[in-house]
Amino acid sequence: MTPDYPALLHALLPEASLVLGALILLGLDLVPGRGRTDAKRMRTSATLGLVALAAAVYHSIDAGRGGVAFAGVLILDSLALGTRVGVLGLAALTLLLMPGGSRIRNPAEYVAVVLFATAGFTLMAVAQQLLLAYLALELASLSLYVLAGFDKTRPESAEAALKYFLLGGISAAFLLFGFSLLYGLTGSIAFPDIARHLGGHEPNPLLIVALVMVLVAFGFKAAAAPFHLWAPDVYQGAPTASAALIASASKLAGFTLFVRLLWSGLAPAAGSAASMEGAPGWLPVVAIIAAVSLLLGNLGALAQSNVRRLLAYSAIAHAGALLLGVMAAGSAGPAPLFYYAATYGLATVGAFGVISVVERAGPCQQITDLAGLHRRSPLLAGCLLVFMLSLAGIPPLAGFFGKFAVFAAALKIGGLAGPIGWLAVLAIFLSAVALYYYLIVLKQALVAAPADGAPHIAVPLTSAAALAIAAALLLVLGVFPSLVLRIVQ
Amino acid sequence: MTSLPLLSLIVFTPWAGAALLASLRRASPIIVRTVSLVFSLSTLALGLVVLAGFDAARTSPQFVEQQAWISTLNVHYHLGLDGLSLVLVLLTGIVTPTALLASWRVRRSPRLFGALFLFLQGAALGVFLALDFFHWFLFWELSLVPAFFLIKLWGGAGASRAAYQFVIYTIGGSAFMLLGFAALYVATGTLDFIQLAQLGADGTIGQKLAALGGWWPTAVFLGVLLGLAVKVPLFPFHTWLPPAYAEAPTGTSMFLTGVMSKMGVYGFLRILWPLFPASLHAAAPALLWLALGGVVLGAFAAMRQIDLKRMIAYSSINHLSYCLLALFAVSAATGRAGATNEAATAALSGTILHIFNHGLSAAALFCCVGVLESRAGGRRGLNDFGGVRTAAPIFAGLCGISMFSSLGLPGLNGFVGEFLIFRGVFGLTPWAAAVACLGLLATALFLMTFWQRVFHGPTGGAATGFKDLSALEIATLAPTIALIFVLGVWPQLIAGLINPLVTAWAGHLALP
Amino acid sequence: MNALPWTIYLSFAGALLALVAGARSTTAARWIALATVVAAGLVALHAARDFVPGPGVQTLTNIGWISEMGIRYHLAADGISLTLVVLTGLAATAGILFSWNIEERAGEFFALFLTLIGGVYGVFLSADAFVFFVFYEIAIVPKYFLIAKWGSTNREYGAMKLVLYSFGGSALVLAGLLWAYAAGGAHSFALGDLAATAAHLSRGEQHAMFALVFLGFAILAGLFPFHTWAPTGHVAAPTAASMLLAGVVMKLGAYGCLRIAMPLFPAGLAFWQPAIAWLAIAGIIYAGLVALVQEDFKFVIGYSSVSHMGFVLLGLAAANSQAVSGAVLQMFSHGIIAGLLFAVVGRMVYDRTHTRRLEELRRLPLHRAMPFAALTFVLGGLASMGMPGFSGFPAELTILIGTWKTSPLWATFAAAGVLVAAAFTLRVIQVSFFGATDAADSPARTVRSPGDGGSGTHHGFAPITWAERAGAMLLIAATVYIGLKPDVLLNWIGPALQSPAFQAVLKGGGP
Repeated sequence: MTPDYPALLHALLPEASLVLGALILLGLDLVPGRGRTDAKRMRTSATLGLVALAAAVYHSIDAGRGGVAFAGVLILDSLALGTRVGVLGLAALTLLLMPGGSRIRNPAEYVAVVLFATAGFTLMAVAQQLLLAYLALELASLSLYVLAGFDKTRPESAEAALKYFLLGGISAAFLLFGFSLLYGLTGSIAFPDIARHLGGHEPNPLLIVALVMVLVAFGFKAAAAPFHLWAPDVYQGAPTASAALIASASKLAGFTLFVRLLWSGLAPAAGSAASMEGAPGWLPVVAIIAAVSLLLGNLGALAQSNVRRLLAYSAIAHAGALLLGVMAAGSAGPAPLFYYAATYGLATVGAFGVISVVERAGPCQQITDLAGLHRRSPLLAGCLLVFMLSLAGIPPLAGFFGKFAVFAAALKIGGLAGPIGWLAVLAIFLSAVALYYYLIVLKQALVAAPADGAPHIAVPLTSAAALAIAAALLLVLGVFPSLVLRIVQ
Repeated sequence: MTSLPLLSLIVFTPWAGAALLASLRRASPIIVRTVSLVFSLSTLALGLVVLAGFDAARTSPQFVEQQAWISTLNVHYHLGLDGLSLVLVLLTGIVTPTALLASWRVRRSPRLFGALFLFLQGAALGVFLALDFFHWFLFWELSLVPAFFLIKLWGGAGASRAAYQFVIYTIGGSAFMLLGFAALYVATGTLDFIQLAQLGADGTIGQKLAALGGWWPTAVFLGVLLGLAVKVPLFPFHTWLPPAYAEAPTGTSMFLTGVMSKMGVYGFLRILWPLFPASLHAAAPALLWLALGGVVLGAFAAMRQIDLKRMIAYSSINHLSYCLLALFAVSAATGRAGATNEAATAALSGTILHIFNHGLSAAALFCCVGVLESRAGGRRGLNDFGGVRTAAPIFAGLCGISMFSSLGLPGLNGFVGEFLIFRGVFGLTPWAAAVACLGLLATALFLMTFWQRVFHGPTGGAATGFKDLSALEIATLAPTIALIFVLGVWPQLIAGLINPLVTAWAGHLALP
Repeated sequence: MNALPWTIYLSFAGALLALVAGARSTTAARWIALATVVAAGLVALHAARDFVPGPGVQTLTNIGWISEMGIRYHLAADGISLTLVVLTGLAATAGILFSWNIEERAGEFFALFLTLIGGVYGVFLSADAFVFFVFYEIAIVPKYFLIAKWGSTNREYGAMKLVLYSFGGSALVLAGLLWAYAAGGAHSFALGDLAATAAHLSRGEQHAMFALVFLGFAILAGLFPFHTWAPTGHVAAPTAASMLLAGVVMKLGAYGCLRIAMPLFPAGLAFWQPAIAWLAIAGIIYAGLVALVQEDFKFVIGYSSVSHMGFVLLGLAAANSQAVSGAVLQMFSHGIIAGLLFAVVGRMVYDRTHTRRLEELRRLPLHRAMPFAALTFVLGGLASMGMPGFSGFPAELTILIGTWKTSPLWATFAAAGVLVAAAFTLRVIQVSFFGATDAADSPARTVRSPGDGGSGTHHGFAPITWAERAGAMLLIAATVYIGLKPDVLLNWIGPALQSPAFQAVLKGGGP
């Protein structure tokens, strides 16, 4: 069978446009951009980046849902399409927020790395083979390490990057080890073949090792507890735009890959969804990780006084809920998970976007730095309200329906008979706890008086547009969730 | 017969007056007082109109007004009047204007005073005329509101506490009465007194409640009993009464004792006895003791009082207990050998007569104490005065007449009622009558003490410079005193209205 | 009738308008808010006029929404919803009138207020569990900001506590509903479907689901011992928010119990009935006794709300037509009365005297300084005591009758609760407004308030405004009207309870 290169190119045009865009803007910046101000270079780079992202979106849609491509290496299904469009959109929002955010030196390089990372995300969305999955993941991760440490003026940024890199590197090692064991056990790197082989054989003790390796690695990537330790530091130290990307698009792509690997590659080794008994599998492990993440994330967030660390712990908690969606995807399909991840990403990008605009006028680390935001900029305060309430899961915002759909899917597996049902109930109760810390943030922003001498914040047009789009999307998708569900189902 | 809704007019005219007063923002006190008085007199006027058209021979309610009201609870707006109600309407018609006259000199917001008083009057009338529990209870409870404020805002130093105690005790009783009626409604599906009385007479209520099992039938009866007993008050639920009466301003005390305490006795006759004849019969021996307790202890407690108002208050407990004593004696005697129809009739007639007579004499006594108090700058102790008779002979005379009426001196109105009660009770339960005589004795003692300490002896204390009654005060007391005489000589005026009714009641008892 | 959903849309639209207009002009925001609530109220009254009582709900809107989960945007009304919609209209109108003096960030205040109202209307009109839940949660969040920003005493604590309790309650509800949806295999969130599928579940599951859903709702209704959010929340809230909280929002909980928990899991109700009833009784009496010893004026009213809501829950627990009718009537009645009392305490008194300590109020001759407030409070207090002639009486009577049918013992305790209510209400009436009356004619006792310019100036307090008068009159008229003609509402409620969904829950005993 000769590889169908034209089809491969067609399927990978989005990634191609991203890489091309990155190269073009690097080149442009190198020659004509030299000597211009950072702000101008930033505007040019961001514009070019947005064009590249738009092209990628066009090609993603054009690639459509053609099914398996290139001998099973790629899968172009509705989930892949949705994830691609989703991560591209989230990346676009991040880019749009950049010119209005705090100053970044070498903006063209920054935007280029964002585009590389995004290419990694889109590849993760379509990967259906261990090797490609690993490559995509590493492309994205390496880019993100760079992004985290991009701000060379602040030691926190460097610290964040180093922690992220070290832990990420370890997790990559775990992943590679797990993948190689899988290959050794099944003789294949394609997900469907792995599944077929696993289904036909007795469980092998080595499989357990492989599963644990893979799960630990993904736990790191997803910032699920107890592998979450890097998250608060990175969220706190990384440049705001990087943190936004790490928290949003990276999550969406990661969970898409994760759910694909687990359910189309390792489904026979799932173990019992309803109870801990029977053959060992990855479901119980995921359940434990989810439970720990939910508890640790929500309870940890309660103690935070730094708004970024708070968002980090909230991300850990959301990772727990997303893992619930992963478990439920076996029976309910990936739609609830996708909806949750996408809208969570939107809200998080929005929240970091608000922070980035506030940073123009002064530091924005402590929650109290947001005090009196309603006076300093009503628009920012209003948008922050939408993002936080969506994260908290208040209707009619999208965060609510995401939770609703995921919990409903999880409970459908076996009601309260099994651990997954209890996990769903735990998650529901913890969402009440979560409201507390989101309200603490909102209290500062909307209720408290501004600190003495806190200046009014002028919101740049691009940032205002990005925040408004995110807020509007959260509202519209919350009221009409079918718009998203229909794409993925 | 007129087609006018006479009874509604009786009830609501005072309320209309109250509303009018409330809207007279800038009227001078004299106009306010006159308006109050005129409206309060409407009851007497309309009462006399009703009296003219009243057929004493009929024992069923007359001038009935009935209209569907709340279909979901089967409540009808049902007013009606029989001899008992008529007597009480007339009593209200006399006592209220008198009380308002006695309060003529109230300086503090006379407008509010008048409005509350008229409101209270209307509510009391409503209680006497309503034949459906729903609005009977409405009037019953609403009467507490003006009474509360009348005591609290115009009363003495301890008025707040007294008013609070008064209302809470009464509502406490009412709450359980309400529960009792909820149970009755569940059992019978009606709240109409006439229908309930029929169901009570043929034993349906008893059977239906018995289905509840356990002690619940008794609890229902006790609930209703409690509501009424607090209001009268029956010993030992009387503790709210002395402070309330003593702290209230004169006019209010007059109304409280003259009319409001009668609401309780009325409730016993109109509700408890007809609805629960069997239960009351069963409980009567015990209740007799309580009534006797009121008679005897009330009188002895009065004897121990230094405060004249408290003395009259305790004497009211004593008098009202006579009424209940008679009723319980009749109920206890139902179907018993040796009891006679005649004795029962006498006891019941005596009860109703005594309701009326005590209303007059107690109101007059409170009025007199009020006069003393106003002259003495708020003092009203038994030992604060002396020799008032020489200083104020007219006052002494009128006060004396009220006392003797209260004492039951033959020739004055008080005698007839007490005599009939004793005669009846003696015929039914002789030992109770004998014990009750102790109360008579004590009453005589404390009233004589009152008379002696205040009116005789050397002029001293607060009596120094005591002015005799003004024309206004004479006008206040005169009609009542006149009635005391008239009814003493001619009790038939009232007895004629109730005789057929009482005969009919006694007839149900199946006594020889 | 079909215009009823406009109550929701009008409120949300008004919220947006008030927010926009409020940025420029406080006056405009006020009038927009007033116009909105009046318009919504008129829509409700108009619908009430055309309403033909009958069993079952009458659909207002039913369109597909989230087809993937079988969720439909289904609004419907029956006599019970209509009663509460009318209540919401009244309470909201009065609330705006009593917020007339809000100056700071008025646009946002009214926007939050109207959002809350819109959510409340939505809850009362929902016929799909999902729609219900969405509106229910929409009504929760504005409360936080209303209290935390415009509230008083300990407001941030009170606001947070209240919102977390509410949200915790709704989490229970969500867990229960999703469980029922998932375990029963229903393909929609229509209440009928959920009930039909839940009926096939095992007893134990039904009991547990009922417990989750009922408890979740009952927390918001102030069920003892989960009521502690209510007094602190009410006290911390600004006047209009207290009025809405006690008047309408607590009803959301009770309504949820009645509309969702009970018809969905009749077996659960039967199992938990005694527990609920005893908790309700404990609430009635405990909260009443606590109210009796409070030293803060507003705490008295706050605890009284818990006590009164105990009657509602008891009526629901008694589970017969009569008791439930009474409970719904009590919801209406308490909504009006609590609004009235909070208006007097928060707006008329506190905004002028700046104290709520009874010890201090006792020394102010308030009944002379503000006769209108005194009159309003006396009338409200009487209504709250269950005085006949006011709406509380027919409600309590009906509840007593209904409860007696189920258990005379419960009814007896409830009657004791009536007494306790009378005791604390009367106490607060006399201490707050009539404290300085004992021998007040003597000059020594005439205590004057600070800044008093003389007896002719109302003791230095600003006069009661027209808005306050209008709001108070509206509520007084409503409570007296329903007190004298409870039939108006009972004739809506009774037939609604004849629907099969309710008949499955209620044991006999038609009115």
